[in-house]
Amino acid sequence: MNIIIQISYLIASILFIIGIKMLGRTKTARQGNAVSSVGMFIAILATVVQVEAISLVDILICIVIGSAIGLVIAFKVQMTKIPEMVALFNGFGGLASLAVALSDFWLNTQEKGIAVDSITGISVALSILIGGITFTGSIIAFLKLSGNISGRAIVFTGQHLINLILLISAISITVFALTDFSNPTYMVLLAVVSLIIGVLVVIPIGGADMPVVISLLNSYSGMAACATGFVLNNNVLIVSGALVGASGIILTQIMCKAMNRSLMNVLLGGFGQTSATGGEAADGPQIVVKEVGVEEAAQIFDSISSLIIVPGYGMAVAQAQHTIRELSELCEKKGVNVRFAIHPVAGRMPGHMNVLLAEANISYDKLIEMDEINDDFANTDLVFIVGANDVVNPAAKTNPNSPIFGMPVLNVEKAQTVIVSKRSMGKGYAGIENELFGADNCLMLFGDAKQTITKLVGELKEL
Amino acid sequence: MTIDAFIILLYILILASYLGFELINKIPPTLHTPLMSGSNAISGITIVGAIIACNELGYVSVSKWLGMAALVLATINVVGGYAVTDRMLKMFKKK
Repeated sequence: MNIIIQISYLIASILFIIGIKMLGRTKTARQGNAVSSVGMFIAILATVVQVEAISLVDILICIVIGSAIGLVIAFKVQMTKIPEMVALFNGFGGLASLAVALSDFWLNTQEKGIAVDSITGISVALSILIGGITFTGSIIAFLKLSGNISGRAIVFTGQHLINLILLISAISITVFALTDFSNPTYMVLLAVVSLIIGVLVVIPIGGADMPVVISLLNSYSGMAACATGFVLNNNVLIVSGALVGASGIILTQIMCKAMNRSLMNVLLGGFGQTSATGGEAADGPQIVVKEVGVEEAAQIFDSISSLIIVPGYGMAVAQAQHTIRELSELCEKKGVNVRFAIHPVAGRMPGHMNVLLAEANISYDKLIEMDEINDDFANTDLVFIVGANDVVNPAAKTNPNSPIFGMPVLNVEKAQTVIVSKRSMGKGYAGIENELFGADNCLMLFGDAKQTITKLVGELKEL
Repeated sequence: MTIDAFIILLYILILASYLGFELINKIPPTLHTPLMSGSNAISGITIVGAIIACNELGYVSVSKWLGMAALVLATINVVGGYAVTDRMLKMFKKK
């Protein structure tokens, strides 16, 4: 490799680092993304100018096709569907790493007849293994999130045993491959096994745990790129892969902490099934709720001076973001201090709720994270909960028998009054009762969130 | 690959991972989704490997076909990832 390409890769690496650094502040985030994309462009350009002129057409065709597909998806996707899209892109990245490693291996051992050393061989095996798991794992996550297959945890007996056997076979295949690199069958077999492992590790994980899974798969896609960097002896792949790998691991930890689950516990799967048969509803006291009508609710909204809105994914499902913005603006005009309390798992991926509210044109400085706002509920007049359930369930703090006990939740019950906008008395994602709804200061506003809030805004305007 | 070359790559891996942890730990939760889709685009850096893999001549080459498939996939990852991140960050406004 010549000096120009090496320097370009160095510049690209630096731009990726600066780009991520700038992504950390809301003011500079957009430029940060642009800086990082310039780095990518430099790396691509420096590589393309090195190729044989005769291959250039093929390469450009592939790039044009890929760009067109990428752009269409990126501009068409709805903000509620971002988690699916990220999962899909992750999967593509993983498969690309697998294909690149296999291609390089094939070229050397089969087409050029060069023997590969064991370090390269092991790196190829790792790229294939991680890339394959990332691909099918992401596709399953995508299908679960988009509802094409059941979001429920799919468990069957012997599942963990099968996974263990597959993992052992993957290791054995790699060992066999090490003894004879001239035989490509092993690596192809390894690719097949890793694709199966990817499916099996994600199907037992329930829809509620998808934020963890997407974060983890994000990390894997980085690690796959990293391993491919070792195959190709390419520094920029290692640097970028490591950055992404680290980012995914941190987000995974944050998500696990927000749900009070260990990563092991999430990965072993089956959550949501156990809680549904936990007998919680049978022995717990029947919850008696107080209903409130739109007019009465409007009068409460008219009398307050501080309001915290707690949005959940149910709000996004009902497409109520824009009416909520209207409501918050109307309250602000009346001199009410309006803020939004954002639980880390309010959406379907880390930070998802912030994107949904930003799309509805709600200023980001109004969005307060859980740890910062949790002490303020006690001196707040009104909490308005829209489509959130488990993240406001006080049982997480008080009931050691609850499946969500220990999960950090928003202290909404401490406020003067709580109004819950909810379609029906259905249970939350974790499938458990919410004691909050029976509390003395809690009023239920039943009906479709978008319709009821629109009516509420109408009533409030007339007051 | 020689052991010496491998050790250098290992140094790069460890230092870059440490840097990654330090950088990302400081990013506020508000920006976690754009961070994830933006870093997702960065992980599409495999694209340079794919371009090199496409450089082989002749369509009978398995490695070339694998490279072209990888190139399409990695390009979707890179272009789509950056575009959607930009689309999201454009919406983050303070009034």
